[in-house]
Amino acid sequence: MAFVLEPRREPSRAMMLAAPVIAVGLTLVVGALLFTLLGHNGALAVYEIFVRPLFNPYRWQDLLVKAAPLAIIATGLAIGFRANVWNIGAEGQYILGGLAGTGIALATLDLDGGWVLPLMVVAGVVGGMAWAAVPAFLKTRMNVNEILSSLMLNYVAIQLLYYLMRGPWKDPMGFNFPQTAMFSAAQTLPVAVPGTLIHLGIPIAAALALTAWFLIARSITGFQIRVVGLAPRAARYGGFRQSSTVWLALMVGGGMAGLAGILEASGPFGQMVPQFPTGYGYTAIIVAFLGRLNPLGILLAALVLALTYVGGESAQTALGLPSAAAGVFQAMMLFFLLATDILVRYRLAWRRPAAGHPLPAAGQGATKTRAEAATA
Amino acid sequence: MTLALFITILMTVAAAATPLLIAALGELVVEKSGVLNLGVEGMMLIGAVTGFAVASVTGVPAVGAIAAMGAGALAALIFAALTLSLMANQVATGLALTIFGTGVSALLGAPYVGITTTPLGPVFPDALAADPIWRILFGHSPLVYVGLLLTLGVWWFLKHSRPGLILRAVGESDSAAHSIGYPVLKIRYVAVLFGGAMAGLGGCYYSLVLTPMWAERLTAGRGWIAIALVVFASWRPGRVLAGAYLFGAVITLELQAKAAGLNFFAPELLASLPYLATVLVLAIISAGRRGAGTAAPACLGQPFRASA
Repeated sequence: MAFVLEPRREPSRAMMLAAPVIAVGLTLVVGALLFTLLGHNGALAVYEIFVRPLFNPYRWQDLLVKAAPLAIIATGLAIGFRANVWNIGAEGQYILGGLAGTGIALATLDLDGGWVLPLMVVAGVVGGMAWAAVPAFLKTRMNVNEILSSLMLNYVAIQLLYYLMRGPWKDPMGFNFPQTAMFSAAQTLPVAVPGTLIHLGIPIAAALALTAWFLIARSITGFQIRVVGLAPRAARYGGFRQSSTVWLALMVGGGMAGLAGILEASGPFGQMVPQFPTGYGYTAIIVAFLGRLNPLGILLAALVLALTYVGGESAQTALGLPSAAAGVFQAMMLFFLLATDILVRYRLAWRRPAAGHPLPAAGQGATKTRAEAATA
Repeated sequence: MTLALFITILMTVAAAATPLLIAALGELVVEKSGVLNLGVEGMMLIGAVTGFAVASVTGVPAVGAIAAMGAGALAALIFAALTLSLMANQVATGLALTIFGTGVSALLGAPYVGITTTPLGPVFPDALAADPIWRILFGHSPLVYVGLLLTLGVWWFLKHSRPGLILRAVGESDSAAHSIGYPVLKIRYVAVLFGGAMAGLGGCYYSLVLTPMWAERLTAGRGWIAIALVVFASWRPGRVLAGAYLFGAVITLELQAKAAGLNFFAPELLASLPYLATVLVLAIISAGRRGAGTAAPACLGQPFRASA
């Protein structure tokens, strides 16, 4: 007798929703064990990161502030992931969005007017799109794998940021610190709730996720994206061009990452600094998966992952836990989600394994479908 | 250009190429078995920190290098269990492994930041290794020779050995290989573990030879370049060697330009060169291959499940 995996007749919707919850639960338990093995107080670390911030109202604001960029980036990425377009260059697109908006800000420092901030935001979106256009062009014209090209550009974006901070964009009155001047009042993202940290980016993130949810569920383009991802061949017969899907996925992903970038630069940062990239572009990949590539799920997942940032910071000061601890928890969540995902398509049964011999009857030897590969 | 400078440059090229070569050869074997492991960067970081920590504690860098291989393989085991046994999406799992490796290595390495250890020394007697001319043959770190021998070994294994043929069969048509009785998953497990061990070994080259010290994100994206090298090389070991040394030359260009105080280019542009070169080379190679079909193993990245 042993546990065996039996294919389900159809994917389980219940497991689909339960898997992220199970994954987070397992992360807490195994994370506590792992950190104990590494010589920390594991249970306390988990409590400090995942529980304590929840009891501190000031931390709630921080949670929303960190969740907003994650949700915006992940919503964009999820659209690509659904179509099997693997844009993992969101970190670079986020930086370029921030830089493009900063460029406008530095050019308009002495100007005033309601148009300045919207122009910065538009520039941010365009900046992110432009950076994502490179892998899109290379993929559709030269068949270059977008995973590698988009990732390589992350490193280039960081160097570009360092260059601008060290040289052309350095604040001349900034005591030689490698950072830009502070943005003016007209260039700063207003707060949404007076007297709090909650800036306008937070309602924007929520609105974007709701819009994306509606579009994916209701529009032809949303349908195209889903079909291309699930059944590429059928999509081709149906007249959906693959290159237009690649462009769409990367433009939406890049534009959203760029938007998140300029919202961060004009909001919490209020200037551009070399410490601007904080890994949101990578963490958003986990958010997208944990949220099941569904914009509503992504909103929840963004809050969970934001908790690792907020809690990670407080565990750093309270327990002396290295800042990398948050990253370990984030990766474990994705590991456990991917592991749990098998229960969506298979059920665990406790029985005698079939007297298996690796010589099955012809035609039913192995089952492997593209759809299976795509739905992960 | 003096001969001494020329030799120094060649030595630097070999040094810069070796970690890429070793990690890419490991990934080549993995991909030949039909599995795409994008976690090379994470496994290299885990190898780098383990190698450094073990070398510091034991005082023997060679033990560190062996431990690095073990740690890389252990990290690869997580990937194998998820993608092979649980049929998880390979792209997502590889990304998770890289994020995990980045975090775990930073966590494990925190006590070792800012200290140095004995680097992995030369293997040949000093008379040869320190000679101004002969050092070009005998003065390298042992891993440089390991990289070259590994190229030969992987080439021979895939091209001329029976297990290598079976491994390729599994990568080209898993269901056919399964139906004639080969244990597809077992073979893929072994390939993935080998890939992890090589990534770990390549990673520890940074912490035991090149720097030799530990810092967070020490490998700086080189694991991704190693993956690109496999594509660039059309899944052929000889071309991986050529590609790795080409990238070694690009990286050396950056180092030499910095050392020579060449201010004409911004240092940030020089630091971007390896990544820009990767994109450029991928574009040239992929465009040239268009229409002729791809050289990738047919089952690359697809999950396999044998039904009873």
